[in-house]
Amino acid sequence: MRRKSLPFFALLLSLSFISGCGGPVKQNDTVVIWHWMNDRDDAFRELTKRYEEETGNKVSFELYAPSVYSQKITAAAQARILPDVFGILNTKSVVASFIKSGFIANLNKDFAKDNSAWEKSLYAEAIASTRFEEGNVYDVEPGIYGVPIDITNLKILYNKKLLEKAGVNKAPETFDEFIEAAKALNRVGISGLVSGWGEVWMVDCFASNYAFNIMGEEKVLATFRGEVPYTDPDWIEVFRVFETLRVNNALTSGVVTKSNKDAEQDFALERAAFAFNGSWCVNVYNDMNAELEYGSMLPPPVSDKFPMKIWGGAGSSFMVNNTSPNKDKAVTFLRWLTARKQQIYLAQKIKNLPSNHFATASIPEILSEFASAMAHATHPTIWPLNEESMVTEKFDRGIQSIIIGEKTPQQVAQEVQEIKIRVMEKKKKKRK
Amino acid sequence: MSATLTQKKSIASVKSNAESFLFILPAVLIFSVFYIYPFSQIFNLSLREWDGISLSRPLIWFDNYKELLGDKIWWQSLWHAGYITLFALTFQNILAFALALACDREMKLKGFYRVVFFIPPILSEIVVALIWKWILYSGMQEGQHIGLLNYFLNRTGWHHLINNWLSNPETALTCIAIVHSWKGFGWGFIMLLAGLQTIDRQLYEAARVDGAGPLSVFKNVTIPMMLPVIVVVLILTVLGSMQVFVLILGMVGQGLVYHTEVPVTRILTAMQSGEPRFGYACAMGINFGMILIAVSFTMKLISSRMKQA
Repeated sequence: MRRKSLPFFALLLSLSFISGCGGPVKQNDTVVIWHWMNDRDDAFRELTKRYEEETGNKVSFELYAPSVYSQKITAAAQARILPDVFGILNTKSVVASFIKSGFIANLNKDFAKDNSAWEKSLYAEAIASTRFEEGNVYDVEPGIYGVPIDITNLKILYNKKLLEKAGVNKAPETFDEFIEAAKALNRVGISGLVSGWGEVWMVDCFASNYAFNIMGEEKVLATFRGEVPYTDPDWIEVFRVFETLRVNNALTSGVVTKSNKDAEQDFALERAAFAFNGSWCVNVYNDMNAELEYGSMLPPPVSDKFPMKIWGGAGSSFMVNNTSPNKDKAVTFLRWLTARKQQIYLAQKIKNLPSNHFATASIPEILSEFASAMAHATHPTIWPLNEESMVTEKFDRGIQSIIIGEKTPQQVAQEVQEIKIRVMEKKKKKRK
Repeated sequence: MSATLTQKKSIASVKSNAESFLFILPAVLIFSVFYIYPFSQIFNLSLREWDGISLSRPLIWFDNYKELLGDKIWWQSLWHAGYITLFALTFQNILAFALALACDREMKLKGFYRVVFFIPPILSEIVVALIWKWILYSGMQEGQHIGLLNYFLNRTGWHHLINNWLSNPETALTCIAIVHSWKGFGWGFIMLLAGLQTIDRQLYEAARVDGAGPLSVFKNVTIPMMLPVIVVVLILTVLGSMQVFVLILGMVGQGLVYHTEVPVTRILTAMQSGEPRFGYACAMGINFGMILIAVSFTMKLISSRMKQA
């Protein structure tokens, strides 16, 4: 009897296995938000509690590790199981792909309500990161596709105590002064600039600051369009910035393989006098060393032809799932989250720069320095076009090889240009 | 009468076959759903241009494979993985075998050594990477080296050897290979020790009675008896070492130029760049999988030949 029933159990097991695969995901009234911001998870939970008390509507924040967040969102999009609200930690072309596939809601109408009161309350630079203008290169319907919950920009931080120890009385204002300061620091055994250049986007960011300073925005964009080669003297000048830093020992040892976390630790523990980092560092340094005395400055310019630009804009933005039944509820919550009161709470709790400019009045001094630098901010997400990722990879890796003394600026320029030509030819062929 | 018997037999045979098929059905289903279907999907995607999100996935046939053939960085990454594998096959496995031989003898604290040797493999790769990153750290504070290795070299008068271990193209990959071998030798040690303990002690005694010395015993008794285990250890070492990447991410982040790139990091880069290329990443995956299968079969073939010889 038992032997006879075994095959039926096997069949039953197979059927239950088949029936267990797939099936619709349950929907309910709670607005579900997937986020990656470890540092503000508690603050978000507190705010959802307050929101529920005020409105009776439920919101649930679910935290995922930043290192896997992008893959999770992509996989969820492929499986059509995106939550009501999510973020995209990638370039504007990836955001465009999500929009064109129908995953992100156009919030133009919501922002335009009440004489655009919501839009006007937020920093224009932050909104610009998720706005697609008429005739954009991505072929996306014009509109605003995200809600910035904070803003950020990247500057150079300096340790006041270490500079004083090296006899440097004021923060350097030009690149030459910066190199002199690094030399003075070296003489007393202190390292110069630290940054997380093991994360190549930070190398890209630093380099593009100098590209804007040396040749201006128009020429940078013309290079992306393929009208100016990377072998142009101005680009070689950009690469030379890194060579100068290396030759003068102005960078900390091992900077090319450092994660930003390691770099933050080096600066917070006073192992380096300068750091290139984003405004989020205020919270990080405060946690690592509350006694740290530091100030912030723009990267010291090499040239006076064009103003120095820094990367800045929306720090973190949330997108609303276009297919979600809770779309309206999600938008209402995001509007509440970016209102002055909640933004002040977030700024004080997390020490980030609020996206609502009415909330910046009550932030610490060092954050005010970052806020005032928004006037110099630019970002790849607001440029009309971006460089091809294969070229960017070669560009960033080339800079790493200059920093370790493996290649010269001319060699790197030549290699980047070769890739650029190959990518453009491939694109041309594809268009045909 | 005979026709009825034949009919009965064939019904019994069909029944028995059906029963067998039903038993293996769950395994076949699991294998099909989790291996055959994903593989066919990945192959399908490798023939397409897809960013991982768009609904359209245009068919470009073998263009991704053609591009892969000319992708110098991809072949360089395979060479790097091969270098780490060669390192593991030699140093890691020789060390594992030597320690297994030592622990197979009657010695004091045998159990303690077994536990100690098995600690590195059970540690998380990211933890190992962070520990070694600290050991190999090249930074200074107030004129003092902070990294353990450089500090030690400085204190013992070997300051000419002080290096930027993980940021120097000449040392970075070797450092990763050493750490990988350090982390991996415990597996080989346990498997080889288990193999050594299955060898009948009487064989050793008989060999000694016949006048064989320790080297001769090792060559003519230990090695032939251990060959199946050694082959398994070698195949697992190749598969594990070729696919190393967590250690690399933990130790050198997104990499030192292209000097620490391995196939898995290239696949990740293709999937996560500003313009993700899932189709190309799938082509890389298929290519890499084929290479690993080919290497495993070659090793199995060589071991069979050796056994026959």
